[in-house]
Amino acid sequence: MNRYPLWKNATVLIALLLGLLYTLPNFFGEVPAVQVASVKATHKVDLKLMNQVEAILKSAGIAPQGIHLDLNSVRARFADTDTQLKAKDAIEKALNPVPADAAYSVALNLVSNSPNWLTGMHALPMYLGLDLRGGVHFLLQVDMKGALVKRLDSVATDLRTLMRDKNLRHAGIARNGDEVTVLFRDTDTREKARQAMVSSQPDLALLEGQSGADYSLKVTLKPQSIKTFQDDALKQNIATLNKRINELAVAEPVIQQQGADRIVVQLPGVQDVARAKDLIGRTATLEVRMVEQAAVLGNEAPVGTDLVPERRRDGSVTMVAVKKLVVLTGDRFNGAQATFDENQRPAVAVQLDAAGGRIMRDVTRENLKKMMAIILIEKGRPEAISVATIQGEFGNRFQITGMFTPEETNTLAILIRSGAVAAPMEIIEERVIGPSLGADNIAKGFNSTMWGFVAISVFMVAYYLLFGFVSVFALSANLLFLVALLSLLQATLTLPGIAAIALTLGMAIDANVLINERVREELRNGSSPQAAITAGYERAWATILDSNITTLIAGIALLIFGSGPVRGFAVVHCLGILTSIFSSVVVSRAAINLIYGSRRKLESVSIGQIWKPGV
Amino acid sequence: MEFFRIRKDIPFMRHALVFNIVSLITFLLAVFFLATKGLHFSIEFTGGTLMEVGYAQAPDLQQIRKQLEGDGFADPQVQNFGSSRDVLIRVPLTKDTETSKIGERVMASLAKASGGTQGAGAAPELKRVEFVGPQVGKELAEDGALALLLVIVGIMLYLAMRFEWRFAVSAIIANMHDVVIILGFFSFFQWEFSLPVLAAVLAVLGYSVNESVVVFDRVRETFKKKRGLTTPQVLDHAITSTISRTIITHGSTQMMVTSMLIFGGAALHYFALALTIGICFGIYSSVLVASPLVMWLGVSREQFVKAKVEKQEAVV
Repeated sequence: MNRYPLWKNATVLIALLLGLLYTLPNFFGEVPAVQVASVKATHKVDLKLMNQVEAILKSAGIAPQGIHLDLNSVRARFADTDTQLKAKDAIEKALNPVPADAAYSVALNLVSNSPNWLTGMHALPMYLGLDLRGGVHFLLQVDMKGALVKRLDSVATDLRTLMRDKNLRHAGIARNGDEVTVLFRDTDTREKARQAMVSSQPDLALLEGQSGADYSLKVTLKPQSIKTFQDDALKQNIATLNKRINELAVAEPVIQQQGADRIVVQLPGVQDVARAKDLIGRTATLEVRMVEQAAVLGNEAPVGTDLVPERRRDGSVTMVAVKKLVVLTGDRFNGAQATFDENQRPAVAVQLDAAGGRIMRDVTRENLKKMMAIILIEKGRPEAISVATIQGEFGNRFQITGMFTPEETNTLAILIRSGAVAAPMEIIEERVIGPSLGADNIAKGFNSTMWGFVAISVFMVAYYLLFGFVSVFALSANLLFLVALLSLLQATLTLPGIAAIALTLGMAIDANVLINERVREELRNGSSPQAAITAGYERAWATILDSNITTLIAGIALLIFGSGPVRGFAVVHCLGILTSIFSSVVVSRAAINLIYGSRRKLESVSIGQIWKPGV
Repeated sequence: MEFFRIRKDIPFMRHALVFNIVSLITFLLAVFFLATKGLHFSIEFTGGTLMEVGYAQAPDLQQIRKQLEGDGFADPQVQNFGSSRDVLIRVPLTKDTETSKIGERVMASLAKASGGTQGAGAAPELKRVEFVGPQVGKELAEDGALALLLVIVGIMLYLAMRFEWRFAVSAIIANMHDVVIILGFFSFFQWEFSLPVLAAVLAVLGYSVNESVVVFDRVRETFKKKRGLTTPQVLDHAITSTISRTIITHGSTQMMVTSMLIFGGAALHYFALALTIGICFGIYSSVLVASPLVMWLGVSREQFVKAKVEKQEAVV
């Protein structure tokens, strides 16, 4: 008799039901929605915000289809895109009365239309990759070397301050490559300086030496602190990117570390590539330095200064010599808003943190009537955006003028607000997929899978009759499990992923063909139908396992080494192999047992004509 | 319905030498084309910028090319993609500092090109941009090679453990020869070798090894069950009794792949093409190349039937 114990039948039934449940959300489609998320740490996303959004919509006369709150956003669903746009404007206006100082990001989004009880049990539709939904993908390479140089520059500054505070006379502090050299007139001072450095800067490695008549101290970063520094730099860059992208109001941005020094940024649905790239790719930092007014300008920068171009309002460019010593860097800035100054020229109002404010106050007091430059460094090119005479003592609030258009001040304000990137970045990979192409890709992938499935089904049923039908049932179960797993894991589905679904189904039928052929063979050799079923499944099992494991090895290799589109393919391929073993062996056997298993006198099975040689 | 009505075992092994010579020639041809013509790598490997743009009316490709060259793009490739209104543009990497700005520059240039002939409003719609920097491509090539190596080693270890080293060696040789032949096709026709194609090649490698596994399983079983058969006879019997399954399975997989070729559009075209070649040669190689190799390597009944002591010896 071919009967499964109750627990096996129950397992199959439960698996099928779960599969159905988690596949379900994919059928409901998506509806337009407005997503509200917080940009500032002080503004929490909570029930209060949800009620607020509800009230705003009510007063604007817009009826949402539903509002719900999740971990870090409030989403309101709407019947059509027109209402969605209207609602976005209303919410934006009410929540962010001052656009330049927005507390919330209000973004257009598409959310699943599945009922709440499904969403509640984490049954979500498959997560579509960028090539299916349209959007922008960037891969950024972080320039760790550049970051290290920057770090050493600030070490040099710190050391200068340290020497001054401890009243130690040095004969020069300079950075050469990846080390800072400090020179002293005598060994005694050097020893005192060394002790001061060791106690105040524990992550520095010091090496004593001699340079001409002077005694030197070569300062480098310890390997361990280089590593921590690089990790921190990457983290800070990601945090900065997060802040900047929040300003773009993207619904579900992905910002992730990839490898040791790379960052992936994915912005689904974003079409304004130029603006996205401008904000992401920018590595602007601000520096405040004093101008060396006594310098005679030639082609060479005078000693101790850098030559920086200054764009004047009349369009001409002149060079300014600024001192190498940096008074302040961008990381001392707390906030920035685009405004207009008293002459109605565009300006950026900035706030400094406490330490920055103190430095600024000291410097401005000591340098009254001297000139100070604010330098914007982008892609390694410094530009003095504002060169002005210090008229009075500054506190921690002041204005930067010198930009020419409100757009420029706006962008600069965003850049300052979101903080400086710790290390410069460069876009090394970029993909933009238009929304129509995404929809097109879904249709193509879907059609390929569907027609391939239909062709296989027709053939299997025609060739193996009822056994063929059972095979098709098992194949459908396989598809169901695969889609359910992908939905449950929220693995990214890409076009190669869809191709992998099709290919996996095409390969999975192999197991059923093996079984059916084995059963036929047993029948041909004269076994009774029940015995043939048992033997067919049992003998085919070892072969099925072997062949699936070899395929799985290839899949895993792709998973390990694949990146981007190949990874999407590999994930689906591996999952598909696993589900196919279960469905083609266990599910199909359960079905066959249900049909034939309980019949005592089984004369024949419907597996197509059995041809016997010599008959 | 029963397609395969085979009365006696087909004497495949009698023609083993012919099969091996045929595959050797195909293999050498593939290597020859790979060596002389090389592969036409996609920008994912070489680095550069690729753009897909859609026009309202079929544009003049020659003019687009001229405009791009006039705007300082060295050696741009312009071709139709899918339909005559869709154009694919490839711009190789330059030492330019602002590589990420290339997309915008090309669009500006295209707008100029179409502005001249069809008047304003004929500017194309940007469908897709892909920019890959030089360091990415190099890594991809390395990772691809590593993945291939891992697949080979993994499969060989598994087969050696599950069967015998002779099976492992011949299965890998047979299926590597598939991979080289697929690459040979891509080289001869200069089809674009992209990341999905690489995935297809590796998937096919796993898939056709599974083909050899099915035959080998039968070989082992026949050795154990039937006495008095010579090795070629055993192989013939094993192949004959699995041939219907082999053809039906591959036929089914190919149905799916054909459906991809028809409905999958340009994006899946080469992926499906690589699979098609892989599946067709997979049948041939795993049945008619791997089995003779096993025979040459000297597989025999003793390796499966006798005590385990000798089996261990064979593994060494």
